[in-house]
Order: sequence, then structure tokens, then C-alpha cells
Amino acid sequence: MSASARVRHADPFPPHWGGRALKLLVVVYALYAASTLDVTWSRFVSGLGNGAVFIARMFPPQTAPDKLQLLYEGTLESLQIAILATFFGVLLSLPLGFLAARNLMPRPVVWVARAFIALCRSLHPVIVAILFVKAVGFGALAGALALVVASLGFISKLFGEAIEEIDMKPVEAARAAGGSFLGVTIMAVLPQVAARFIGFASYQFDSNLRNSTMVGIVGGGGIGAPLFTAYQRFDYDFVLTILITVIALVLATEALTGRLRRLFQ
Amino acid sequence: MDTHEPTRDPSLTIRSLVKAYRPGQPVLKNIDLTLAASGVTAIIGPSGTGKSTLIRCINRLVDPTSGEIWFEGENLVALSSARLRLVRRRIGMVFQEYNLVERLPVIENILTGRLGYVPFWRVWLRRFPAEDIERAFELLDAVGLGSDFATRRADQLSGGQRQRVGIARALMQQPRLLLADEPTSSLDPRTSVEIMDLLGALAEREKVPVIINIHNVELARRCAGRIIGMAQGAIVFDGAPDALDDARLATIYGGEGWLQ
Repeated sequence: MSASARVRHADPFPPHWGGRALKLLVVVYALYAASTLDVTWSRFVSGLGNGAVFIARMFPPQTAPDKLQLLYEGTLESLQIAILATFFGVLLSLPLGFLAARNLMPRPVVWVARAFIALCRSLHPVIVAILFVKAVGFGALAGALALVVASLGFISKLFGEAIEEIDMKPVEAARAAGGSFLGVTIMAVLPQVAARFIGFASYQFDSNLRNSTMVGIVGGGGIGAPLFTAYQRFDYDFVLTILITVIALVLATEALTGRLRRLFQ
Repeated sequence: MDTHEPTRDPSLTIRSLVKAYRPGQPVLKNIDLTLAASGVTAIIGPSGTGKSTLIRCINRLVDPTSGEIWFEGENLVALSSARLRLVRRRIGMVFQEYNLVERLPVIENILTGRLGYVPFWRVWLRRFPAEDIERAFELLDAVGLGSDFATRRADQLSGGQRQRVGIARALMQQPRLLLADEPTSSLDPRTSVEIMDLLGALAEREKVPVIINIHNVELARRCAGRIIGMAQGAIVFDGAPDALDDARLATIYGGEGWLQ
């Protein structure tokens, strides 16, 4: 009955000094980095004013027929780049994804495949586009090739991981029935990953479309080149026209690919 | 004309079979076994005693460490992977967890039994030979599902229905030997009896010998003409169901208290 009979428990939530120190370190470093990079409040405020002028000069959007013609051609080329890059990227990702799956392939094959995938993923598409512009010259081919590389890196990595997550029991059954590697793959592996593969491919198409507007800046074809030129000539009204078009196009394809994914659930 | 029905030629002969997943710790210790070309043989024994390993050594889902397995004039242990595929086509297998492709319709799961026969491009285009498709529908009836089930996806079926598909898939191979690895362990008692009866009846109809791993001693007695008892990686009983008395069961499973 006496208070002294109560057992004293240890504090269940002891202070975590390491965590606190880490948080403090992050805040201190952010402040230090801001000071060295001349990130200051006054610059931000004066920048807001410049931004307002910039936006004001965008209106109304440019709709001269010659500009619209330029816009139409560039947008069409961007769309074509995205479609081509997705098509060939998906086609090549299928085998590459299989080669990267540890549950189906011997280790050395997996290592080589994964190293190649890592290489594809390590550089930004714009940097890859610069390489291809140097290699095959200006134009849509360089842009499309750059996005094929990006698609390969993205889809085959996710596809390989999806294959590693499959249920191996049907694979065992198909092997026990005397199925060849291809037969087993077609009947027991692909049905388990097909829906996810379509999902990855459609996400990559969204991403390729956005990136196809970028590769033009370094000479890879598409709407990027007119956009970059318009910036440099201070044709901000035409910049706005292009941006509106790109946003509309991206939103439209995202709605479309979203429906596609639901269809294949 | 041969008047000996059923034939007494052995279907399967296993000699000195050893399997050790880790060197020096054999799961199967020198198994010798000869199987007739017809009838149901049940392998009983406690969990972890190597029943499943034994059955998987026969179609080489598990590679034996040493020994011989003779089936239709070939030593399966020594086969190259190309030859192995040809032999596997003639050995059907029914699995504890059915091993169906969940996202495929029933009929395609059954046709998976033809993978060893049909070239891959025909599989890819789903252009199976007409007689295969006909037989698939016939088996769908034979296992008690009926053609209404053909286009249903496997993930919409109950456990018993899935195992019926599993049996149809195995028979689709027109096997000369049927292996069943705990085919009823995931099913309720009534469905277990139904599945075992079905397996026995179809094996007789197709004239194919069956080896069944099974936990349930009563089910083994009910369905098998021969019972093999395993304990600690060795065969400790081999005989007719009638000969399996309590003393023998105690040898197989150890202890006696559970028999009362």
C-alpha cells in the first residue's frame, strides 16, 4: 500500500541524442550553404519584382500564324520523339529486364545486365542527348536515342524487380511439365508481370514526353529548340504559348495513360 | 496377345538414392524402391523426413547427390537438361499449393501441361493444336469442373477447384507416371477425400501409376494399394494398407501416445 512499494520503470522514451545532433547539423549546414551561395532575402524580394515583369510580358500569348506553324511542327516532333523512344525503349527493356532478374538468370548475367542498366540511369537525358548530338548530328534522331537510353534504364530496372517478385510456384510447375525456358517464360512468368510492365511503359511515355521538350535545347529536336530561342530573343509571349501547349499535351497524355493502366489492372 | 493385365513391369526403379542439401547431412539415406506400372503408392511419414525431396528427385526438381533413378530405360540422374525436358513431359506432377498461374484462365493453366510438346511460338500466340484443346475440355469435365470454368481466372477458384485444375494440368501431359506432393494438405477434410478419390479414379482411367506424399494416414489407407513409411530419410515400412498396424505407425512416426 505504501508509495515505496511502487516499481520504478525506466523511461520508455529516453532522449535520442544522436538524432537531435543530426537534425541540428542539417539546419546549421542549410544556413551555411545559403550564406555561401549568396541566397539572401533581399535578392529574393528584388527577384520577385523581375518575375512579375517577366510574367507581365508573357501576356497575351503569341498567336501569329508563322509562330503557330513553328509550334505545331515542334510539338509534333516532340510527340514523335516520345513515341519512338518509348516504343524502342520498351522493346529493348523486355529482354534486358529478364537478364537482370536474379530468380531466372545466373549471377554473372545479372551483374552485366545490372551494370548496363545502372549506366543508362546514371546520366540525365539531356547530357545523353548532348552525347548523341555529337555522335549522330542535330535533330530528332539524337533526342530519340537519348530517350531510348533513359527508357531502358527506367523500365528494365523496374521490370527486373517485378520479375524477382513473382510467385515461383507456377514456374516450377511449368518446368516439371517439361517446358523450355521460352515456354516457361511465356506461360508462367509473363502473365504475372504483364500488367505491371504496361504500367511502367505508360509512366515512361509520360516521362519521355516531358523530356522530349527538353532535349531540343541541346539540339536533339522537338519543341525545345523554338522554346530556347524564344527565351533568348525575349519573345516571352511565344514562350507562354509553347508552355501552355506543353502543359496541355502532358496533362492529356497523363489522362490517357492513366485510363490505359486501369484497363490492364 | 499379352494376357498379363495389368503388366508387372516396373515403372520406376530407385537405387541407393542419396540427397544431402548440406554435405554430410543426408536428407535421403540410400533409398531403394521399385514401383509397379499401375496403382497408387502412398508415402507417409513425419514432416521433414524427406518425402517431398524423394518425390522431387524423381523429376529432378531437386538434383540427387548420388544414386540411380531408372524410368523407361533411362537413368534420370544422369540426363542432360535437354533429355531431362523430354522425360519430364512424361511425368506429371500435382502440387500442395496447386502452383497455378493466378492471372491466367483455367483452360490456359490446363494447357500449360502441353508446354513440353508445343513449340514456344505456338504457346506465345496461344495456338495450341486442336486435339490438345479438345483434351483440355475433356479433362475439365473429367475433374468435375465443366466447360463453364474454362475462361474463369484461376484466382477466382476455391482450393478444391484449383487442385482439380492442377490434376487436369498434370494429366494433360498424358504422363506415364504421376507424382503428387501433399496434394490435399491445403484442403479441408471433405475436399481432401474428394480430391484423393478423383486422383485415384483418373489414374486408373488413364492407366498411370501414382506416387503420393501424404500426411493423413487414413487417406493413405483409403486410396493407396501400397504404403511406404519413411522416417529420418529411410524407408521403414513397405507393404499393403492392412499391414500398417499401430506398431508400424509407431515405428514411422515415433512415440505411441498419439495413437490412443
